[in-house]
Amino acid sequence: MRNEINVIWEKCTGCGRCIPECPLSAIVLENKKAKILPNCSFCGICVKACPFEAIELKRQEKVVDLSEYKGVWVFAEQRERKIMPVTLELLSVGRELADKLGVKLSLLLLGDEEKNVEQLRKYPLDRIYLIQDSLLNYYRTNLYTRAIADLVKEEKPEIILVGATSIGRDLAPRLATRLQTGLTADCTSLEIDKKNRNLIQIRPAFGGNIMATIVSPYHRPQIATVRPKIMKKASPKNERKAEVILIKPKLSSEKIAVNILDLIKEESGVKDLQEAEIVVSGGRGLGRAENFSLIKKLADLLGGAVGASRAVVDAGWIPSYHQVGQTGKTVQPKLYIACGISGAIQHQVGMRTSETIVAINKDPEAPIFNIATYGIVEDLHKFIPLLIDRLEKAQS
Amino acid sequence: MHIIVCIKQVPDTEEIQKVKINPQTNTIVRESIKSIINPFDENAIEEALRIKEKNSAFVTVISMGPPQAEEALRKALAMGADKAIILSDRSFAGSDTLATSYTLASAIKKIGNFDLILLGKQAIDGDTAQVGPGVAEWLQIPQITYVRKIHIDGKMIRAERSLEDSFELVEANLPVLVTVTKEINEPRYPSLRGLLKAKTTKITHWTSQDLQVDLKKVGLDGSATQVIRVFTPEPPPRGEILIGSASQKADKLIKELKKRNLV
Repeated sequence: MRNEINVIWEKCTGCGRCIPECPLSAIVLENKKAKILPNCSFCGICVKACPFEAIELKRQEKVVDLSEYKGVWVFAEQRERKIMPVTLELLSVGRELADKLGVKLSLLLLGDEEKNVEQLRKYPLDRIYLIQDSLLNYYRTNLYTRAIADLVKEEKPEIILVGATSIGRDLAPRLATRLQTGLTADCTSLEIDKKNRNLIQIRPAFGGNIMATIVSPYHRPQIATVRPKIMKKASPKNERKAEVILIKPKLSSEKIAVNILDLIKEESGVKDLQEAEIVVSGGRGLGRAENFSLIKKLADLLGGAVGASRAVVDAGWIPSYHQVGQTGKTVQPKLYIACGISGAIQHQVGMRTSETIVAINKDPEAPIFNIATYGIVEDLHKFIPLLIDRLEKAQS
Repeated sequence: MHIIVCIKQVPDTEEIQKVKINPQTNTIVRESIKSIINPFDENAIEEALRIKEKNSAFVTVISMGPPQAEEALRKALAMGADKAIILSDRSFAGSDTLATSYTLASAIKKIGNFDLILLGKQAIDGDTAQVGPGVAEWLQIPQITYVRKIHIDGKMIRAERSLEDSFELVEANLPVLVTVTKEINEPRYPSLRGLLKAKTTKITHWTSQDLQVDLKKVGLDGSATQVIRVFTPEPPPRGEILIGSASQKADKLIKELKKRNLV
């Protein structure tokens, strides 16, 4: 049967107490009775809120036996045969979730790089699934989807965590669709609802202005991509001695479909943005594209990387791989200097966890000052050259 | 050659900042928010038009959404698309990315022949980037995501796929599904002739019946995920505003940064 929600006409007094409780504004009063609109998600919050038991919810029967699904899996992202740092972040949050559920934490490692097995066994996990095939040494959508989906169908994990990177966000939706299950993108916080073992997934939406809590109550596995640089990294101490399970997948090179001819590095200075200890970013306050040289000069002097706001990327002043924010990169440097950036929420989402934030802006009302460790209300065209001068003197 | 572009109508980039939560009711306030074509989808339309100009292709644009989404399709027609189809039905409401990609794929199957499917890398409201790969999976065709350059050569596509610090040069046989980034091109403005033509072009309307979809797979029933709560993020603690003349501020700043071992 399909989900059904009804207001029992005789019981509803039109008190309206359910209306503010609904997270989706899906209840209105019509002729002094509550009316449920089509955007209702059948979450059941209104049912509990109604003092008169006037709302009745019949949920779709569960299609799968959820109790068959056990365990937390983490996808190990590798580039050029090296483990990416996001994998260690997933292991720390994965460990917490597995402990709360009282289940094993397993790592999915694809390819034939044996030294990665030894490296990863040092981390607090219980099991490594090594899907071993040299065809998997490089990430390819269809081979990875096939190999992982086959294993999921056999082993039935309840949660799979994947990094929200250009690889993870290519793989996870393909995998979730093949498995016909729920996927939540770019999560910044994960919890367990102990009542029903649901994964509570929290993520920003609408450019980071709003946070949303998402669950997949009737589907397993629950898959989430996790934003890099948000979770802390797991530390390499494992008392458990992870067992290694070797899987030989059934793959053939004819199934590759998309051939990778070459991998080309971006110009230097780009790759550093997410790993940089210091980031100097420019925004609309720079006035025009040429003034980015000022940002670059300050960044060079401090040994930092150059970042940018969405507005200046949209204006074409600087390529988008410099963009920091909700639709750009998340950075977490020791020092972040925002120059001429007003600090819209969409930007803040990408940098507010930086250890020290310096904001330079001539508008004292700019929202960036709300999160700055040090705020400087000055015209950047005047202040940055002054700062550069003082820094040069201090360094010589 | 037949290119299908899937587009989404979203709140305007500038206005998206105005989307707020009413603290009394804890619900999303979206009043008086202007709608636009998702900016990355505009790049997808533009790329389809450029391929059409080089290789004489037919461009069909489809969008799933409420009847107002016709406005977005009219703009795509004005830019130069040949045909527009809106997928609109009450049963589609509340779709997550699994249900949305199923519905779009069902429409593409009904259209039948195609060589290339284009979408923006993600929509700026949900920011999930999940619908493109989802559609490719429902159709069982290869996908290339985050593409910043396309070259079509007969039945082959060559593309540059952006990664965080590098890009891949890839090659595949058509048909494929490609999602594009904003580097790929600069979308054109509709011409006056285009605007006039778009006004009189009929937009095809398909419902769940036209698509013969499985009603258990569309809308809320077909969605594996549920939004159970929306809220405003907590404001971070406020810092210190430095005072004095510009040079005093510079000195103070350097002193503070030195204290923290940052310079």
